[in-house]
Amino acid sequence: MKHIQSINGKARRIEAHLAEEAGAASAGNHDVVGLEGGGPPQPNLPLGCTFLFSPGWETDSTGGTAGLCSPVERDLFDCHLGCFWPAQVPDQLNHAPDWIGKCATAQKDWRNIDLVFP
Amino acid sequence: MTQFAARDFHPFEAGGNRYLYLVPSAGVVRLDRASDAVLSTVAQEPGSVGELTSRLSDRFAADEVASAVEELLHIQAIGVAAEPRKRMLKVLPSSAVPLQTMVLNVTSKCNLACTYCYEYGEDRVVDEEAAEMPRFLDEETARQSVDFMFEEAGPNPVVNLTFFGGETLLNFPVLKTTLAYARERGDALGKKVQFSLTTNATLLKPEIVQWLIDNEVGVTVSIDGPKEMQDRFRVFHNGKGSYEVVLPKIRDLLQRHTAKPIGARVTLTRQNLDIIGIYRHLSEEVGFQQVGFAPVTTANGRDYAIEDGENGYDLMLQQFQALAWEFLEYTVAGRRHAFSNVTETLEEIHKGVSKAYPCGAGVGLVGVATNGDVGLCHRFAGSDEHRLGSVGEGIDVEKQREFLDRNHLANKTDCHTCWARPLCAGGCYHEAHTRYGSTEHANLHYCEWIRAWTHTCLEVYGELAERAPHVLERIGN
Repeated sequence: MKHIQSINGKARRIEAHLAEEAGAASAGNHDVVGLEGGGPPQPNLPLGCTFLFSPGWETDSTGGTAGLCSPVERDLFDCHLGCFWPAQVPDQLNHAPDWIGKCATAQKDWRNIDLVFP
Repeated sequence: MTQFAARDFHPFEAGGNRYLYLVPSAGVVRLDRASDAVLSTVAQEPGSVGELTSRLSDRFAADEVASAVEELLHIQAIGVAAEPRKRMLKVLPSSAVPLQTMVLNVTSKCNLACTYCYEYGEDRVVDEEAAEMPRFLDEETARQSVDFMFEEAGPNPVVNLTFFGGETLLNFPVLKTTLAYARERGDALGKKVQFSLTTNATLLKPEIVQWLIDNEVGVTVSIDGPKEMQDRFRVFHNGKGSYEVVLPKIRDLLQRHTAKPIGARVTLTRQNLDIIGIYRHLSEEVGFQQVGFAPVTTANGRDYAIEDGENGYDLMLQQFQALAWEFLEYTVAGRRHAFSNVTETLEEIHKGVSKAYPCGAGVGLVGVATNGDVGLCHRFAGSDEHRLGSVGEGIDVEKQREFLDRNHLANKTDCHTCWARPLCAGGCYHEAHTRYGSTEHANLHYCEWIRAWTHTCLEVYGELAERAPHVLERIGN
């Protein structure tokens, strides 16, 4: 900043944050900077639902496509919980809190998932 | 055209320059002439960039005004006039806060009978007869407390164990075994434990001093000053003053225990307000490296309560200010100054601490009573109403969460327009409990005092930034 000088630790952090935001804005990156590197090198982890225990439907846990969402039935309802890209599901907070109440394991019980009419 | 208006900050001056303490971020910035002029103009009357440029056209070029407005907007010293002010967010810690400090009451007994004492006096929190509190911490509970401390410390690599009382040295045998056990467990777990203790110094003996040295125990001595002040309230049960007893013992301690600064902790009362005299005596004549003052905690109307006005809080403030300015001159000259009230506040200003809670009580700090009950801090240890759990069962996370919810700064509406809230956050829970009957109440009786004192500390901080910036880098290290 030209007119204002940061004196204590907090002011310097504010200034650094502003500079970072300005840099990101001028580079055209607004939001998803965390996913695009910039900063110290990160280990190359697959993103989204594939990197933990829920295999995904874009790539599987090895980065290939052979083991996509297995069992396939999981993507009926599991994506909205375990995946960074939430699937469209009923409003379970207000309207249909128990819509998966009878589905203990997707592979066996997926037929018990409630039909929900908005 | 967008109209801009001033937001929350507190201005102060140092070395002829204008500084701002930003609220609530707690950033400290120095303004140049252009940004100072823009801010002063906006504070008088909101305006657009165009209006500000024309109001300041005799002194600053249009692009200077525009860039100053932009920077002031960025640091949120000004904002868009039509937009509502940001409401205070209430963000509770998302998960259990690891313990940093455990204050362990090794005894609730004391060989002195200081009239004003919050543990025994008229304003005590814990009714000992009703609670049937053991007078001494036993070894079993002490070990459990240490295990509890490491358990609750989670990933923290360093934990602080502070022994407190009563008079801690009345239970020296348990102090010794507890410290040894904590050290052993710390080594096994790969954690460092920093030990400290508060004492009235009456029971110090050469071998105890040697133990403190050998174990690198930090020591705080409760003492009120020269003989006539010490002997007014700090008396034995038979009414005899304690000064003559403690002085040689303190001198021995200060002479030999040199690895850690030994602090004096002075309780100020209506009758005992010669702060500068006390400071001179304790730092220069006795030799304490740190001297800190705290006004007595008391309900209103007690004989020793510090009153409002020129014979009370004002007198205290003037002397605090005089010592703060003396601290500045000493520091600029590269000399050590022992007034620890100013160093503590400067450290918080330097970091830019912005608090949602006045202190770490219940979040990172707990007090453990002699029966193993875990309370908010040492002042509440043993109080059923302020119990967070026990060393056997651990901290009751629900209770802790409820406490944090009830005591958040966002609930203290009295504080929402105060610029000093990032540092004060409503003040001591125990003081509030004693004065107003609830930890949730802001300590309104010393607001003016806190603001004036914080303002002085900001000015001292600014002067250090002007005259000895290298010192700022050392603060907190």
